[in-house]
Amino acid sequence: MTRTASPRVLVPIDSSALSVGAERVAQAITREADRRGLSIDLVRNGSRGLFWLEPLVEVETPAGRIAYGPVLPPDVPDLFDAGFLSGRPHRLGHGLSDHIPYLAGQERLTFARMGLTDPLSLNDYRANGGFAGLDRAMSMSGEELIREVTDAGLRGRGGAAFPTGVKWATVRQAEGRRKYVVCNADEGDSGTFSDRMLMEGDPYCLIEGMTIAALAVGATAGYIYTRSEYPHACRTLAVAIDRAREAGYLGADVLGSGRAFDLEVRMGAGAYICGEETSLLESLEGKPGLVRFKPPLPAVAGLFGQPTVINNVISLATVPIILARGAAFYRDYGVGRSHGTLPFQLAGNIRHGGLVEKAFGLTLAALLYDYGGGSANGRPIRAVQVGGPLGAYVPESQFEVPLDYETYSRMGAMIGHGGIVAFDDTVDMARMARYAMEFCALESCGKCTPCRIGSRRGVEVIDRIIADQERAANLALLESLCDTLEYGSLCALGGMAPYPVRSALRHFPQDFGVETPVLF
Amino acid sequence: MSNLVGADRESDQAALRAIIEVHRAMPGAMLPLLHAIQGQMGWVPAEVVPLISDALNVSRAEVQGVLDFYHDFRRAPAGRHVLQICRAESCQAMGSYRLEAQARDILGINFHQTTPDGALTLEPVYCLGNCACSPAIRIDDAIYGRMDPATLDALIGDLRDAQAPA
Ligand SMILES: Cc1cc2nc3c(=O)[nH]c(=O)nc-3n(C[C@H](O)[C@H](O)[C@H](O)COP(=O)(O)O)c2cc1C
Ligand code: SF4
Ligand code: FES
Repeated sequence: MTRTASPRVLVPIDSSALSVGAERVAQAITREADRRGLSIDLVRNGSRGLFWLEPLVEVETPAGRIAYGPVLPPDVPDLFDAGFLSGRPHRLGHGLSDHIPYLAGQERLTFARMGLTDPLSLNDYRANGGFAGLDRAMSMSGEELIREVTDAGLRGRGGAAFPTGVKWATVRQAEGRRKYVVCNADEGDSGTFSDRMLMEGDPYCLIEGMTIAALAVGATAGYIYTRSEYPHACRTLAVAIDRAREAGYLGADVLGSGRAFDLEVRMGAGAYICGEETSLLESLEGKPGLVRFKPPLPAVAGLFGQPTVINNVISLATVPIILARGAAFYRDYGVGRSHGTLPFQLAGNIRHGGLVEKAFGLTLAALLYDYGGGSANGRPIRAVQVGGPLGAYVPESQFEVPLDYETYSRMGAMIGHGGIVAFDDTVDMARMARYAMEFCALESCGKCTPCRIGSRRGVEVIDRIIADQERAANLALLESLCDTLEYGSLCALGGMAPYPVRSALRHFPQDFGVETPVLF
Repeated sequence: MSNLVGADRESDQAALRAIIEVHRAMPGAMLPLLHAIQGQMGWVPAEVVPLISDALNVSRAEVQGVLDFYHDFRRAPAGRHVLQICRAESCQAMGSYRLEAQARDILGINFHQTTPDGALTLEPVYCLGNCACSPAIRIDDAIYGRMDPATLDALIGDLRDAQAPA
């Protein structure tokens, strides 16, 4: 790109930014520049993940990008008056973007490019380190690629934290007519949006990761299965795939290697259970999303009965940087057996909601207070649900526990996909427990009775506890229902729905009308 | 296929045939096909079930099973606009139930119902990936974050005033 004198102004095209008015801000900036006879270079970038500042407008200056936000259309003339095009101060100004503590403190590896580029520009992607991993991968054997991912210590970011390299090795060794790479982009957990951000803000990174996975296991076709709640991500990916194909990164002859790999986006239809990998595969095959019995593992007999890698968006999008920087570089981040970084997502009643990519091992307290700035309304944070609707509610007494897979699992919680939903002290935890059961009942695929029926019973039993009808007896009933769900369910929807319920009872018994903690 | 309810116009029927033609050879064509049909017609009339069954070489029961399983597919026409209110945890933490109650009150309908004038269908949704800007709602394909009662009121007012598309 040739350097022009026009100042470069960036307004995100991420759907969260759009949800709070980024489109109108972009239009207002264009209009105001026209009105003043100024020429600007308006770029629509991904979000930098500081959502409380969205719509965040950035201006490129010789010193770096200067940030302004949250900007609303009426602020725009004022920004021009103040000289924001040359990065001058303004009441909405935050100085250099990279120096904003929220951003400066992060360890952005998977999200290294997020918000820096025009998501659909291949030139931007390449200029910011894109395809360096694929370039290196092209000269490596499948075994070498798998060793690199294994040595990096990458574990699945979709929830179960299974070692990615081990899964790939199984697929590589499996016999099949054809092998597939499927990206699980069904991100249904409340409090999570990292998959969405990545697909909208850095789609080539996912395409690159999937291509490397395909080279590693010998797959020729791939699918990205995303949700109908993500229309913008769907559209962005579809365009990115077309452009990547035109540029030779996908198709019958990937980068002249003689190897074929092509990709397609598919959209779910409003079923949370389709995030479970075997349900997702059923759905991709055109069937109801009933969970499959295992074995066989998808790695052996997955999509259309063929060996299939199925990985979360973030797992796959982390592969390029592992290949580009080497396994040791990535492995050095984190603690214990939780290597690398996780893009945590701060949501719910939090002042500074957004994406915080950090190495494993930091505490919830650091995320909630240092990054999150406490609750949105200034009230005390009372409970935090970590890891989505099947994750436990964590009380303040556990905010100092380090976030790593093993430590969390020891305390009966899970990190899952990294969603963190804060609740203030007005939350009614009995109501949240009831909701957990309600959600399970609503989204159950119906294959096993404990989940299908037990969750409905769970709602009724909690209603009776709340209404103080035979409270002690119903608490005992709830406990045995939770046991039945936990031990009698085929998959983690029924199997883990008791986690939020039990943690609510254990840590917040008074909300259920009992004084002493219920030993659950 | 002369009695396709909701697809009685020649153009609809032609479009339907074209959609089926485009999708029938796709691996796992069922969901893309149903999405395309709903995109074209706004819902999935029962009369298309045998057409899909023929085109994809599956039983009618299988097609029906898919329609029944997924929340997205409509078996009846929706209003001219669809208003979804997020009910999941992050939005609850930011008071989404107040928005639910407000929408029900103003519209005089419950979730999964359409206003008598056909303007608007009200639906729950479980996370729009907009949780850092909770509470969130969706109107057709547009997502709105940091929703507050006054804005919701105004948005609903606009939708009810909007004329039916010609
Ligand atoms: C009810 C349920 C919902 C799930 N939802 C998702 C999801 O939305 N995204 C995801 O990546 N994994 C989800 N999973 C986990 C997947 O089954 C699977 O472990 C994952 O796709 C594997 O990819 P990974 O190893 O890269 O994490 C879900 C599991 C269950 C039981
Ligand atoms: S636990 Fe629930 S969602 Fe999972 S397989 Fe059984 S019925 Fe289906
Ligand atoms: S919970 Fe409402 S947008 Fe995620």
